[in-house]
Amino acid sequence: MKFGIVVFPGSNCDHDVYHVAKHVLGHEAAFLWHKDTSFAGIDCVVLPGGFAHGDYLRAGAIARFSPIMKAVEAFAARGGLVFGICNGFQVLSEAGLLPGALMCNAGLKYVCRDVFLRVERQDTPFTARIKQGTVLKLPVGHGEGCYYAPEEILKELEEKRQVVFRYCDAGGQVTADSNPNGSLRGIAGVCNARGNVLGLMPHPDRCAEEVLGNAQGRRLFDSIVYAWELARRQRI
Amino acid sequence: MTSEPQVTRELALAHGMTAEEYDRAVAALGRTPSYTELGIFSVMWSEHCSYKSSRIHLKRLPTEGPRLIQGPGENAGVVEIGDGIVAVFKMESHNHPSYVEPYQGAATGVGGILRDIFTMGARPIASLNSLRFGSLDHPRTRYLVGGVVSGIAGYGNSIGVPTVGGEIYFHPSYNGNILVNVFSLGIARRDKIHRGTAGGPGNPVIYVGSKTGRDGIHGASLLASSEFDAASETKRPTVQVGDPFTEKLLLEACLEVMKSPGVVVGIQDMGAAGLTCSTVEMAARAGTGMEIDLDRVPLREEGMTPYEIMLSESQERMLLVATPQTERRVREVFEKWDLDASIIGRVTDTGRVRVTSRGQVVADTPARALVDDAPRYKRPSARPPWQDGLAEPAPGSIKDISNGTKALVALSTSLNLCSREEVYTEYDHMVRSNTVVRPGSDAAIIRLKGTRYALALTVDCNARHCYLDPMEGARLAVAEAARNLACAGAVPLGTTDCLNFGNPEKPEVMWQFEQSIDGIAAACRALDTPIVGGNVSFYNETEGKGIHPTPTIAMVGFLVDVKGAITQWFKREGDLVFLLGDAHGSLGGSEYLALLHQRESGRPQGVDLERERALHDLVRGARDTGLVASAHDCSEGGLAFALLECCITGPQGAVGAEIKLEGKGRLDELLFGEAPTRVIVSAPAECRARLEQMAHTASVPVSLIGRAGGPRLSITAGGGTVVDLELAPARTAWRAALAGHLKG
Repeated sequence: MKFGIVVFPGSNCDHDVYHVAKHVLGHEAAFLWHKDTSFAGIDCVVLPGGFAHGDYLRAGAIARFSPIMKAVEAFAARGGLVFGICNGFQVLSEAGLLPGALMCNAGLKYVCRDVFLRVERQDTPFTARIKQGTVLKLPVGHGEGCYYAPEEILKELEEKRQVVFRYCDAGGQVTADSNPNGSLRGIAGVCNARGNVLGLMPHPDRCAEEVLGNAQGRRLFDSIVYAWELARRQRI
Repeated sequence: MTSEPQVTRELALAHGMTAEEYDRAVAALGRTPSYTELGIFSVMWSEHCSYKSSRIHLKRLPTEGPRLIQGPGENAGVVEIGDGIVAVFKMESHNHPSYVEPYQGAATGVGGILRDIFTMGARPIASLNSLRFGSLDHPRTRYLVGGVVSGIAGYGNSIGVPTVGGEIYFHPSYNGNILVNVFSLGIARRDKIHRGTAGGPGNPVIYVGSKTGRDGIHGASLLASSEFDAASETKRPTVQVGDPFTEKLLLEACLEVMKSPGVVVGIQDMGAAGLTCSTVEMAARAGTGMEIDLDRVPLREEGMTPYEIMLSESQERMLLVATPQTERRVREVFEKWDLDASIIGRVTDTGRVRVTSRGQVVADTPARALVDDAPRYKRPSARPPWQDGLAEPAPGSIKDISNGTKALVALSTSLNLCSREEVYTEYDHMVRSNTVVRPGSDAAIIRLKGTRYALALTVDCNARHCYLDPMEGARLAVAEAARNLACAGAVPLGTTDCLNFGNPEKPEVMWQFEQSIDGIAAACRALDTPIVGGNVSFYNETEGKGIHPTPTIAMVGFLVDVKGAITQWFKREGDLVFLLGDAHGSLGGSEYLALLHQRESGRPQGVDLERERALHDLVRGARDTGLVASAHDCSEGGLAFALLECCITGPQGAVGAEIKLEGKGRLDELLFGEAPTRVIVSAPAECRARLEQMAHTASVPVSLIGRAGGPRLSITAGGGTVVDLELAPARTAWRAALAGHLKG
């Protein structure tokens, strides 16, 4: 399997995702430069964390205009797997590939710490190896992670089961105290209606190895690989 | 050319030069300097750039070691790790700018130290900082804390270099002069190290990065090299404005262009004194000269004079020397990253830096004269008459305590000892996915991808100790840093220091400085941790009042195998708790005396460096044989506070302990007395005999003081319970205290 990692100017988790894909999972990985207009041979596109274009405007607001985004859009429309982590989630929502918006944290400060996430559904390529209701511990690192969408969109998201991850406490309860940024309904990650595009604020790329004291993030990457292999076998 | 001011002796004085320094400049040139030249001499010979008051003393620091590849004198120091990998690191101060404009001052401090690292061809992978603020009742303190922390976060988070550790202390001596010391470390291949030399006459000199504006003019010479007074607010325009996004592009572009060998001949960042310092230093190091055409410098605004262009401290700029064959490659890479790359001149063999603007020569000065012939001062020094009065030993007039629980709670929720979580969660301390031990243990640990190696990082200084006894205080700071590394399981590789002092023209400040240098030198020699570089910050005074002497020590340690990493908190119920080292500390200079009795007096207990070293070897040796579950240095707050930290600092929640201390004498001294050369270790019960035997062989005192487990910390001494604390609420209070203090 080959991961394609988009490098925007200001991306700073591109190397982290590359490391996980190549050295932890043992799969292929390539960087996709934001000025390129096409790519080929990629099975999963990852939009990594960072501060694309400095995030001086709204996070992701300029990155959506990078030439590569047209190709990412087309790839997603063909059913390709697209995974936006942190800043990548912000870019995907600005680009309209995912619903809602990420606003400034309720505490008005950048926050870097572990949080707990409840997995809301298993039937996505990104959670295929994680049972619904599982509580994962992942770190966040963001200043603009407060998920917002109008009430009618939120309703639609719930109906279509597009909320994939919610902030929760260690016991899996979604509470105000366990929400690091004030996201509505504790939303930490959403997918598109088709389920092939996922945005997630916490960083599975920062906790995919035991040496870092936590390998739970690897379960998302393992899921991606599993789903991809399953799909490939079905094609054959 | 627009009419420039007539250069006179008075104008030189207004530039912060002395009359003698001006005469020296005239002699070096053989004529009266032009206005631009006066600007160049004044910054190059400023305290900040020339180290004129400190250089003769800095020579006494040990700057050699078997692993040392580059010592002081370059943009950063370089130390061998293994397998052809080197660590590149340095610490610098950004004190004055951060007081005047805290957000931008701190942000550009981070930006500056990062440039020092990647200029050398290394990718920065971790930062630390050491911060000192005034007391909370000072009207500016909360504003300064908020601004500095946000500035560090704003820059470091955006550029993607994790801030993995640091320290923050509050003391009234910093009311008018906060300290912002920033450290960064990068990793490079040994054969890819680049230096700031302008070799090869005829080679193109290329300006890369941001455009030049009017910001930061005289930041180094006037802001950093003089005391503050009531008019310091007017110096706000001398503080630069940071742009981490541009620096991120500059970082990637520089590393990309330096990847292929031979493309870059030399490279230096434009930090203090901007274009002036980079051209002069690069030429001086190579023994060459340079011709610079200011018309080719990318400018942010129109109408800038040669003087302003040469002195601007606009951020995110580099000066690079390529070859005629490689200049195209340089341009291509910088174009890819949307950055300016402009050939502004050539290397020459004249030994002079010659600057032209609109066809006219505006400066023509010998390069070496500006660097090597800069003034050197052996300033008078004298032990201050009040120093002896501080040593008053006996806390005899203070009533001893019969129970320590209340005092322990007070210490653990105090401004200086409570958890720093409120601050470090605002720093991205995990980006680059190398952080094995996060902020909150004795040292941070980062792994090196593609190897089994790891590095431990710490920064330390107890300025109260330095105030009470500058030489011993400096020795203690080095010893504590090395002990923190040992408690992380690491061997010191090297040290970088930030020497923060008052006005060096005062004999007592100079005495403090000299004493500190000798203390650092002795301890670094004894503990095998050479100084690889650093910085001196004088004039930390406001209206005649100086700071506590604060020689901040940052130390980098090495772990052959990341699996050998140790953290400070108790791990398992039932593990035995040992004290390695002497049970007894001293109340002299202790946090207990300062916090609960408002006294800063007495002598800090001195350190026997040989015994200190034996202790560190023992901790690492015991780790190697699997005997150590946790190790924690005992510093501020003494034995009782260190034990509490072992119980409550773990990320998984509290692990209690039952402790029995032997000791006669005062109870407050037993619990809260401070001493170096002490480590609390926990280990599985079956390891006892082996650990005790290793300690005996190493001649390190060892005592079994208790057992980990349960929800409480209880300490008995002399047959009675002297501390009994329920840990869950204690941990919550310790974690929440800083936010509470800062909210006010």
